[in-house]
Amino acid sequence: MTHDDTATLASAVRAAYERQTPLEVVGGGTRRHLGRAPDGQPLSLASHSGIVEYEPSGFVVTVRAGTTLHDLDAALSREGQTLMADIPRFSAASTIGGAVAAGFTGPGRPYTGALRDSVLGARVISGTGQVLAFGGKVLKNVAGFDVSRLMVGAFGTLGVILDVSVRVSRCPEDVQVVAFEMSWPEARECLKRWEGDLPLTGAFYHRGVLSVRLAGREARVAAAVRELGGEKGRPEAFTELRDLAFDFFQAPGSLWRLLVPPDSPWDPEETLIDWAGAQRFWVTLALAQEVREKAAQYGGQAVRVWGPDRSEGPWAAPPAATMALLTRVKTALDPRAILNRGRLYRDW
Amino acid sequence: MRELTEQKATVLPATFWRHLRRILPPDGLLTKPTQVAVYECDGLPVYRARPLAVALPRTRAEVGLVLALCSRYGVPVVARGAGTGLSGGALPHAHGIVLSLARLNRILAIDPDNRTARLEPGVRNSAVSEAAAPYGLFYAPDPSSQIACTIGGNVAENAGGVHCLKYGLTTHNVLAVRFFTADGVLHEVGGVTGEAPFDLLALLVGSEGLLGVVVEVTVRLVPKPPATVALLAAFRSLAEAAASVSAVIGEGLVPAGLELMDALALSAAQDYTGIPYPPDSQAVVLAEVDGDLATIELDVAHVRRLLLGHGAFAIEEARSEEDRRRLWLGRKSAFPAVGRLAPDYYCMDGTIPRSALVAVLAEIGERSRRYGLPVANVFHAGDGNLHPLILYDAKIPGELERVEELGAEILRLCLAYGGTISGEHGVGVEKLDGMCAQFTAAELATFHALKSAFDPHNLLNPGKAVPTPARCVEPGGMHVHEGRMPFSSLERF
Ligand SMILES: Cc1cc2nc3c(=O)[nH]c(=O)nc-3n(C[C@H](O)[C@H](O)[C@H](O)COP(=O)(O)OP(=O)(O)OC[C@H]3O[C@@H](n4cnc5c(N)ncnc54)[C@H](O)[C@@H]3O)c2cc1C
Repeated sequence: MTHDDTATLASAVRAAYERQTPLEVVGGGTRRHLGRAPDGQPLSLASHSGIVEYEPSGFVVTVRAGTTLHDLDAALSREGQTLMADIPRFSAASTIGGAVAAGFTGPGRPYTGALRDSVLGARVISGTGQVLAFGGKVLKNVAGFDVSRLMVGAFGTLGVILDVSVRVSRCPEDVQVVAFEMSWPEARECLKRWEGDLPLTGAFYHRGVLSVRLAGREARVAAAVRELGGEKGRPEAFTELRDLAFDFFQAPGSLWRLLVPPDSPWDPEETLIDWAGAQRFWVTLALAQEVREKAAQYGGQAVRVWGPDRSEGPWAAPPAATMALLTRVKTALDPRAILNRGRLYRDW
Repeated sequence: MRELTEQKATVLPATFWRHLRRILPPDGLLTKPTQVAVYECDGLPVYRARPLAVALPRTRAEVGLVLALCSRYGVPVVARGAGTGLSGGALPHAHGIVLSLARLNRILAIDPDNRTARLEPGVRNSAVSEAAAPYGLFYAPDPSSQIACTIGGNVAENAGGVHCLKYGLTTHNVLAVRFFTADGVLHEVGGVTGEAPFDLLALLVGSEGLLGVVVEVTVRLVPKPPATVALLAAFRSLAEAAASVSAVIGEGLVPAGLELMDALALSAAQDYTGIPYPPDSQAVVLAEVDGDLATIELDVAHVRRLLLGHGAFAIEEARSEEDRRRLWLGRKSAFPAVGRLAPDYYCMDGTIPRSALVAVLAEIGERSRRYGLPVANVFHAGDGNLHPLILYDAKIPGELERVEELGAEILRLCLAYGGTISGEHGVGVEKLDGMCAQFTAAELATFHALKSAFDPHNLLNPGKAVPTPARCVEPGGMHVHEGRMPFSSLERF
């Protein structure tokens, strides 16, 4: 299904701007439970879909925001390609626009980059209803401020994403997972030693077991598996982790991500360590304050993913002067705070 | 040469100067014409202006105080690193001061366990990799100017380099930044993974000193690959060489670097280094492949096959550090080498989709002949980043203007093929007209609105990087896209 809904969407935003009524931007709705609960009338991007431009030899695809990841994956895999960034596919309804707005990257991040790293350009509707294009389709581009990257992870509070140009890469010939029982400090040492030496594309540590994913050329992956030994694991473990679909994530409480220096200890031990150490998932009933303090103890920060109390936003407010700067940036793009009002922070 | 602004006697009250002197160390304020003369331009010396003074603080606190003072008196401030920029970004403001970050040059910390380095902005790019080398790590973005340019300047320009094809640009390798807004307030953005509620880091990287003055940068370090192989493939035509690059990329291979030099660049480099290229080479492709020992053999064989399949008639291979250095020497010294071919050269910078290399290079060649101005091409082919070097003699009246005309045509060509007017050198003052061609009035207005969010009184590097709406409708400049209305909305000015 392919349809360009730009004009309708832009006039809907323009009308909302004039009436000062907030909009909740919705793609597939599969990420709707993330972040704070926004105010506003739903504005669906679902019918704004389809691939705008895809030249496999250039390894870049330009796609409308309402395109499902399912359809996009299918188009790319026909060419033996896949999105460069390892992003969650929560369900068949998940859209690329929603994925970019939420900004999450799965376990591949330390090895194949963050989603923000593979976004080359975007067309957006500003909070005044203007259609604007930033960035482009080429790898190196320093003309103008990097507004398209700014959209990644902003939860749609800075613009309605219409289309994005993202990098793609060749599908690996083979994917294998091997697992080892070892302590976290041992696991961390191994990961540092292996990085660059082995075709790693993921590493997580849970309940005393280190699982690593090897992907790439068949011969190379086979050699790496022989070299490493360990228990053979399930490749799906990594896609389940990517989609936050492990049983681990279903425990009662709020799901948090602690972003910490990778060498930090395994603390608390109920966390699942991803990104070779830099991200710790924690499902807990602890108060937000305690979780944020735990991350700060190691020089990091905590990001709330989901949970029962939606008054708590993903990010803690930065110091007042920086918060004021963020607010001015928000105002520059969405002067009447109509886009996903309240999703990131109260009132805007 | 363009004297951009006449020296009007801007009179700032004596109290301003008294305060400024008190903030800075005794040797930290230059005001004499002979002292400030070296700061009149950056790496694009066709634009020059003399600032009121040059401030050389030593500490972050001093930077903040200087900014707060200038903000109080409404004095424009142009931040400056090493002044190697190629678009006039660090060109002084005649009624303002230059704020040099060169003395804030300490490496604050190298954390080998977490693979990060915390740096002051004046640290030279290559000093980072030198400091990380004992731990088997390096800082990946490697602009050709790396022995001189600073990390602060790299952040401001989103600098790239030969190895960015595989390892990413500055924006992919910076995790956190501390910066002052124009009012002298310190902010910190990013974090251990670079993530933040708004990716202000993305906005700051490449903002050309318009949004803030960067005083601390945390970068990612990467482990040195276990093995590296460099290949030099010689071709009988530029088109074949360009096609081979598109083929390597089209196969999904990601070499660490993939560069191209045309015949003019080759003969210049050969004369300069004394190292001969295979006889009859009309173009060479340099490919560097790195990684683990097993993958590298597979990749080298694959790249070789593709190069040969596209007409390479000779391939040299280098594995040891010394041999690789030799293969790369011509490429690394290509700019100064080309500089000896003519009294002056103008370095252009634009990016195109990599599948369009053959067509665009042919069109550049055609225009070079039409203008009667020789163009040497030596560039980051793997990521489609062109650097046509236009040779000319500035002493010939009208020649610079013709060079700029040709340059503008080349940039329009990049846009026509779906590319951009700047891949890595920035807009500065040089490409303000090109911005009018690449962006609509509403998009430019958004840039101005963002600038105002950071710097409401327009004191940081005013007049650079984003053209005023008036400039875009002036005749003579590059014209606004057909069908794109210049005045659709200017409401936020
Ligand atoms: C021979 C040669 C080769 C080059 N090769 C490359 C290359 O391969 N790739 C590439 O990307 N570039 C290249 N360049 C361009 C240039 O070296 C880069 O743009 C570099 O990043 C500039 O760094 P600098 O310290 O010299 O900055 P400057 O030239 O001093 O300043 C550049 C801009 O950054 C701003 N700025 C500087 N420091 C700060 C700070 N701390 N905070 C805020 N703003 C600041 C200035 O106001 C200015 O707008 C080359 C230049 C030369 C002369």
